[in-house]
Amino acid sequence: MKFLDYAPAPESQALLNLKSDYGLFINGAFTAGRGTPFHTINPATEQQIAMIATANETDVDAAVSAARHAYDGVWSRLSGSDRGKYLFRIARLVQERARELAVAETLDNGKPIKETRDVDIPLVAAWFFYYAGWADKLDHAGVGPNPASLGVAAQVIPWNFPLMMLAWKIAPALAAGNTVVLKPAETTSLTALLFAEILQQADLPAGVVNIITGDGSTGATLVNHPGVNKVAFTGSTSVGRAIARSIAGTDKKLSLELGGKGANIVFDDAPIDQAVEGIVRGIFFNQGHVCCAGSRLLVQESIHDDVIDRLKRRMQTLRLGDPLDKNTDIGAINSAEQLARIRELSDLGEQEGAERWSADCEIPANGFWFAPTIFTNVSTSHRIARDEIFGPVLSVLTFRTPAEAVAKANNTPYGLSAGIWSDKGSRILAVADKLRAGVVWANTFNQFDPSSPFGGYKESGYGREGGRHGLAAYLKPAVRSGSRSIIAADHRTPSVTKKSASAGKKSVSAEKAAK
Amino acid sequence: MTNSPLATYQPDQRALALIGGEATDANLRRYLHGIPGIDAVGLEARAADLGTRSIKTSSKRWAIDTIIGLIDLTTLEGADTPGKVRSLVAKALVPDPGDPGTPRVAAVCVYGDMVGSAVSALGSAHAAGGTDGVNVAAVATAFPSGRASLAIKLADVREAVAAGADEIDMVIDRGAFLAGRFGQVYDEIVAVKEACRRADGSMAHLKVILETGELNTYDNVRRASWLAILAGGDFIKTSTGKVAPAATLPVTLSMLEVVRDWHRLTGVRIGVKPAGGIRTSKDAIKYLVTVAETVGEEWLSPRLFRFGASSLLNDVLLQRQKMTTGHYSGPDYVTID
Repeated sequence: MKFLDYAPAPESQALLNLKSDYGLFINGAFTAGRGTPFHTINPATEQQIAMIATANETDVDAAVSAARHAYDGVWSRLSGSDRGKYLFRIARLVQERARELAVAETLDNGKPIKETRDVDIPLVAAWFFYYAGWADKLDHAGVGPNPASLGVAAQVIPWNFPLMMLAWKIAPALAAGNTVVLKPAETTSLTALLFAEILQQADLPAGVVNIITGDGSTGATLVNHPGVNKVAFTGSTSVGRAIARSIAGTDKKLSLELGGKGANIVFDDAPIDQAVEGIVRGIFFNQGHVCCAGSRLLVQESIHDDVIDRLKRRMQTLRLGDPLDKNTDIGAINSAEQLARIRELSDLGEQEGAERWSADCEIPANGFWFAPTIFTNVSTSHRIARDEIFGPVLSVLTFRTPAEAVAKANNTPYGLSAGIWSDKGSRILAVADKLRAGVVWANTFNQFDPSSPFGGYKESGYGREGGRHGLAAYLKPAVRSGSRSIIAADHRTPSVTKKSASAGKKSVSAEKAAK
Repeated sequence: MTNSPLATYQPDQRALALIGGEATDANLRRYLHGIPGIDAVGLEARAADLGTRSIKTSSKRWAIDTIIGLIDLTTLEGADTPGKVRSLVAKALVPDPGDPGTPRVAAVCVYGDMVGSAVSALGSAHAAGGTDGVNVAAVATAFPSGRASLAIKLADVREAVAAGADEIDMVIDRGAFLAGRFGQVYDEIVAVKEACRRADGSMAHLKVILETGELNTYDNVRRASWLAILAGGDFIKTSTGKVAPAATLPVTLSMLEVVRDWHRLTGVRIGVKPAGGIRTSKDAIKYLVTVAETVGEEWLSPRLFRFGASSLLNDVLLQRQKMTTGHYSGPDYVTID
C-alpha cells in the first residue's frame, strides 16, 4: 500500500444537533423570519444542511429596537466588570462546545476541519477572553477617561471565517458597552445561529445581541436603519463602498475591512524551506478565501527557479478533499458563485500570457473545488496581479532590489497585508517601514492574535479590529467641560459606566443640535 | 536537478567540487554558511503541523509494522554484559512471542566490545549488511563524547568492524565543530569511513551522530548535516541518547530537508536516524509522516531510515496487540529484554 494514501480519518458529526429550520435570534429568542427562507448547503457535497430564515424590514426594525431597548435598559447600565463576566462566560462556552462548532463550521463553509479545530474556533474563544479582560479597563483604551459606548452596532460579516468574524465584531462591541445586531453571510449563517444558543446558555440579557439572517438586501436594510449608531462591515470593497456612500451624511460611525492583494516578499537570504511553508500558508490557507492572503508572491529573481521548484514539490503534498477528514489541507470553495469567479480570473490569467500550474489532485464529483494553482511569468499589469481572486491562486512576480520589491508591493489599490522573508533583521525593519499595508508579517504569514490590531490602507478599508485599537472603534471620548452640567444632572446614578454611557448619548444629541 | 554532473562524480570529488577546493576550514565555512538559514519558529510550526496528521485503521496497521522494521534496538549502558546483549538479540528476533507474524527489528545497537556477543547470539539470523535478518550496529569513536585522539577513535572503529559490525555509529567532534574547525570534523569522518573498510574491501555502513542537543541551533544542525554528508556519511543521526534534548521532530525535519536537497543535487540517497527520546507509537508515527511528506515514502525503508530506541518497541507492540485483539493489554503482556 501507499502510506501517503492515508486511510480516511473523518471527524464525527455525532456531537452536532442541528435543527432543520432556524429562525432569527431577536430579543433573546428565536422567531420566524417574515422574508422567504432559504436553504444553506454543504459546499463539499451540495447537500442541504438546514433552512435559514430571511429577515425583512419589519424584522430588522424589531432587531434594532430590541438592541436599543437592551442598550438603554440593561447593557449600558452594567458595570464593566459585569459585562466582562458575560464575555468570559461566552468564551468558556465556546471552548466547551469547540468540537461541535468546528464540525458545524466545516459543514457549512467547506473549510478543512483541521483549520476550524486548530485556528477558527480557538481564535473565537481567544477573542472573547481578550475583550472580556478589557471590559472594565476602558479608561486605558486610548480615548481618554470614562469613554462612552456608541449605542447599537450593526455588524455585517463575510463567509470566509464565519464564526471568527462574528467574534471579531461582537466581542469588542460588547466589551465597550454597545449592543449588537449582526448579520452573517448568506451562505454561512449556521455557526452564528449556534452561537445564539450559546448566548442563551450564557444568560446574556435579551436583546444585547441579535442575529438576523438573509441576503445582501437584509444587510443593506440593517446598515441603513436610522436606529443604528455604528456600522462595522467586513467583505468586498464594492459593498464597502456602497455602505460608505449610503451612510454618508448620517452620524453613524463606520469601520470597513475590505479586500486585499497582499504581497509576500521573499529575499534571496530567506530561510527558504520556511518561506515555502509561508507561501503555502499565505495563499492556500482556507482555500485562499482570506482578505489578507499573500496572493502576490514577490520573489527575488536570483532564487526564483529554486523557490518555484520547492513550492511545486510542496504543493504536491497538499491533500484536497472531504473537509471533515482530519488530514485534508484544502477544502471546498464556499459557493458556486465564488468558484465561477476564481475560474474566470484564472482563465484570464492564462489568456494574458501567464504560465499556469496546478498540483495534481483528484477533484471530487460533487461540490465546489479548485486545485491549488500558481501562475508564473506574471506582470504587474496582469489582472491576476491586481484583482483580488479570493481563491487558491497565487501570482508570482520577481524583483531585483529591495526598492523594486517595495515599489511593486505597494503598487496596488489595496493595502491590507504583506509578508517579508529574510534572515537579515535590519532589512525586515527597513522594508516593513516602507510597505503601505495594515499588517506586515516577518518570516511568517496569516497569523492572528486578539491583541494585535488588524485593518487596511486605501481600498482595503479603514478602522482597526483587534487589540486596544479595536476597542476604540466602539468608543467615543467622554463629554468634556462644556457638557459638565449634563453629567452633573445625572448624579442619581452611582455607576461610573452609567454616567459615561448616558453622557455619550447626550453628546450624540448635542452633535445633532450643532448640525 | 538530479541530472547534474555531480551525480556522476566519485563521492570525494563531488564534495571537493561543491566546496570549491580542498576541505579547509575556510572553504568549508564559506560553503556551509552559504546554505540558507532556518527560521526556528517556522520549522517548529511545520513539524507540529505534520504531527497533527491522523493515521488510522489500515494506515496505522502498516505504520506499526513499518516502525518495528525500522528500529535499531539499543542497549548502551556501562553495565552491559554478554548476557544482556543475548537477551536484547532474542527480543530483536522475536519481538512478540505471542504473534510470530511480528516483523523483526532492523538492527541491534551495542558498544564495540559487545559486537562479538551480538553476532554470536544472532547466529544464522545475522543479516550481515543484508535485509534478511538483523544487523549489528556498533557505536564507536569514543562514544558518546568523542573526546579521544583520532588514533583511538579509528582503532575503536576497526575493532568493531573486525568483530562483525555491519554498521558503525560514530560521533562527530562537537568541540571542533563549534570552534569552527570544520576541516577537522570533515577529515575525521573521512578517516572513520576508511576505517569501516573490511579486509575484503566491502564497507560497514557509516552513521554520523551530530549530537544535535549540543549543537543547540537548527542552523548548526543543518551545517553539520551537510558536513557529514559531504564527508561521506551514509546516514546522519541526531543523538547519542546521552544528551538532552535528544531527537526531536523539528530537528529530524531539518535533517530530512538536507537529505532531500542532497538527493535533488546529486541523486544520492542518504539515511536519517533520530535516536533517543522516541518512546511511543504515536510519536514514531509522526516521524513516519514527516519522512513521507518531506523526502518521500521511499525513505521508509531500513536502508534509509532508522529509529534509535529501546523502549519504543514495547509500546509499538502494545499498539499492535490492541489492533489485533481490539483491546489494550498491559506492560506484562510484552517481554522485556
